[in-house]
Amino acid sequence: MPATLAKSGGLFLAMVLALVAMAQAQDTAFAIHMGIMALAALIAALAVMATSDVTARLGHDESVYDDAPVRWGVIATTFWGVVGLLAGLFIALQLAYPVLNFNLEYTTFGRLRPLHTSAVIFAFGGNALLCTSFFVVQRTCRARLAFPSLARFVFWGYQLFIVLAATGYLLGVTEAKEYAEPEWYVDLWLTIVWVAYLIVFGGTVIKRREPHIYVANWFYLAFIITVAMLHLVNNLSLPVSLVGAKSYSAFAGVQDALTQWWYGHNAVGFFLTAGFLAMMYYFVPKQAERPVYSYRLSIIHFWSLIFLYIWAGPHHLHYTSLPDWAQSLGMVFSVMLWMPSWGGMINGLMTLNGAWDKIRTDPIIRMMVLALAFYGMSTFEGPMMSIKSVNSLSHYTDWTIGHVHSGALGWNGMITFACMYYLAPRLWNRQRLYSLRLINWHFWLATGGIVFYNASMWVAGITQGLMWREYGADGYLVNSFAETVAAIHPMFLLRAFGGALYLSGALVFAWNIAMTIAGRIRAEAPMTETPYDARADRPLPAPASAAGALQPAE
Amino acid sequence: MASHPQTPEKPGFSHRTLERNITLLGLCSLVAVAIGGIVEIAPLFWVDSTIEKVEGVRPYTPLELAGRNIYMREGCYVCHSQMVRPFKDEVERYGHYSLAAESMYDHPFQWGSKRTGPDLARVGGRYSDEWHREHLKDPRSVVPESIMPPYAFLAEKPLNAGDMAAHLKALRNVGVPYTDKDISTANADLTLQATADADASDLQARFPKAQARDFDGNPAMVSEMDALIAYLQMLGTLVDFKAAEAQEQPK
Amino acid sequence: MSDYESLRHFADSWGLLAMTLLFLGFVSWTFRPGARRRHDEAAAMIFRSHADD
Repeated sequence: MPATLAKSGGLFLAMVLALVAMAQAQDTAFAIHMGIMALAALIAALAVMATSDVTARLGHDESVYDDAPVRWGVIATTFWGVVGLLAGLFIALQLAYPVLNFNLEYTTFGRLRPLHTSAVIFAFGGNALLCTSFFVVQRTCRARLAFPSLARFVFWGYQLFIVLAATGYLLGVTEAKEYAEPEWYVDLWLTIVWVAYLIVFGGTVIKRREPHIYVANWFYLAFIITVAMLHLVNNLSLPVSLVGAKSYSAFAGVQDALTQWWYGHNAVGFFLTAGFLAMMYYFVPKQAERPVYSYRLSIIHFWSLIFLYIWAGPHHLHYTSLPDWAQSLGMVFSVMLWMPSWGGMINGLMTLNGAWDKIRTDPIIRMMVLALAFYGMSTFEGPMMSIKSVNSLSHYTDWTIGHVHSGALGWNGMITFACMYYLAPRLWNRQRLYSLRLINWHFWLATGGIVFYNASMWVAGITQGLMWREYGADGYLVNSFAETVAAIHPMFLLRAFGGALYLSGALVFAWNIAMTIAGRIRAEAPMTETPYDARADRPLPAPASAAGALQPAE
Repeated sequence: MASHPQTPEKPGFSHRTLERNITLLGLCSLVAVAIGGIVEIAPLFWVDSTIEKVEGVRPYTPLELAGRNIYMREGCYVCHSQMVRPFKDEVERYGHYSLAAESMYDHPFQWGSKRTGPDLARVGGRYSDEWHREHLKDPRSVVPESIMPPYAFLAEKPLNAGDMAAHLKALRNVGVPYTDKDISTANADLTLQATADADASDLQARFPKAQARDFDGNPAMVSEMDALIAYLQMLGTLVDFKAAEAQEQPK
Repeated sequence: MSDYESLRHFADSWGLLAMTLLFLGFVSWTFRPGARRRHDEAAAMIFRSHADD
């Protein structure tokens, strides 16, 4: 098999290159990363030789969907979700009890916080997007995944990106730009993986057997393309050495700031919104068993959302040294963005029109509705916080943190969990999930967690914002900074409690998914509790002599 | 892809064309998402008034730069902003509001987005080196309410910043005006600035207001603590706002 | 700064008008009655089983 030989040969070559880079490395962190790369190349080479060519093995059977990468993606989403939430809970506790920094350089809040944000956004969210997009694009195109080997490369390459990023944070390898922390070589690796992702996704759409491209795919496509654009521009940097980790951003000061927040805000807009709306547009109708409320609204939703979102970045830089005109533009577009966001939310919610009873009977639908409700709430709160006068109070405080988590835990988390619950029994050919009642537990643990999280962060943010600007009768500032930190300590405890609730919900979720994969079915009373008595379901009460009574008289 | 039986193709362009052509759909999406960024970001590079002309802003010395890299490595930007907003309370608490020019050589910017700790844009000169040492080693020994992680390891780690000439060269390539002299003496400058009683006149001629002394109180070694404190002690000290005040327009 | 001022004025007036009209045109065209059936078909596409194509 020349293909197998060429592939494994190429991978061995990659391993040798990585080993050479490791030997030449300017710093330990870079050496460790090149070691990881070499190990990954070696494992990949061995895997290629052991399994032979995937395409050949699957024999181009176009009559079945290629769901292996989707299955791995469900497992990866579950795993990274728990890891990311655990990291979040830990750093929340560090803020309440600084002793948890352990006096070690690898476990300080400053290094663990990027680990948390990247784990939940890129590892948990990213894997959810990868696996749902591979699932949805095949179903809506009625075509098998294009380039199966490349799809596998996308999945494993993305996991390698996550490992490199995460270990880098612990070792102190960072570009120090929020949500774009990985250094230049990890960025290059992600670029390669992302182009492969675009090829697999686009290739599947091109070979489709449906004339129309379903709207979910538009959102996925816009997400892939825009994230590529943002990633490339914001990470433009010049390495100090080709065998060292450190690089310097191509932009400086005010230009770098706006580029970063153009990236940062649209990581939210396209990674955490457009991509997840794609999930919404497929899985909500499927679970509700009725088409989306208005397909035409979804077209307006799509174009206005992607056009408006990109302008909103400057609202992260209100009252900074960014020119006023850019701040104003950012504010105006952020407020306008409220409309498409709510258009999308209404479109999702109204899909249940005529089937609202499913919220009571179907725990997955209930979770989707909660996700959409939080999408609506955070896309109302966001435009409000982008108004300069509100922002002057909220900026730099925990209000922002609360806002982000209402979107992340409420919208991204809940819609992802719902989709995983939808996918697991279908992907592993199970009759149903291990337990529907556990979804209920998950739902309430998560909801309670979000309530504690958001309420405590609102109070903390507004308290601290007001304390910073508080003047006494003598005309002096009343509070030292340290006093404002002490004042919000109780809120940090409540936030950690909310996070613990949410994490325990996620553990219930992981257990449910694992048991479903294992093929177990929990013996439990069904979720629908509306009583039905067949004997009572008749126009007249049954006569006493039951059976014979209805027989015609002889 | 045969056209659907119920809906015959109409000639000409319609949204339907988009709905059926992924290349076109992708290109139109790219155009839609590119416009906002171009309109907002591109002018920042050519509108002159974006960065006001201010006396005093200069590139970082090698030691300050090494300290800044430690600041980034430890994720200080996660909890500390370096951007004072033009509000009465902020100006009284932290000092003059920040100017764009003050971060014009910052690759990348470190304005931050969250104040879990106070703003650091003008922290230079506010506290003694000794205070910084104690605070970094054990923050709660000097600020009981503090929730900052301890950074005692900085004092024990010798500064291993790499070849500073290469760092300065990379920065020059992205637009920081280091001179050939700056680059050739970068590694010597690094040590010199952290040494007590060294002759720093040449360094200070090239980098005005550069402070040279033994920042970490340990003359035996140039530590990471030296570099970080050198960086913290110069933050916000370059521009003389007393001199500039008279020319300022009211905001 | 006249470049900036004139651009700003254009954005506040004709630019704004053009974008509003574009948006309204886009919406009314998407919601034109003739397109209803086609969009309903597209929306129901995810429910069609394998058998019918």
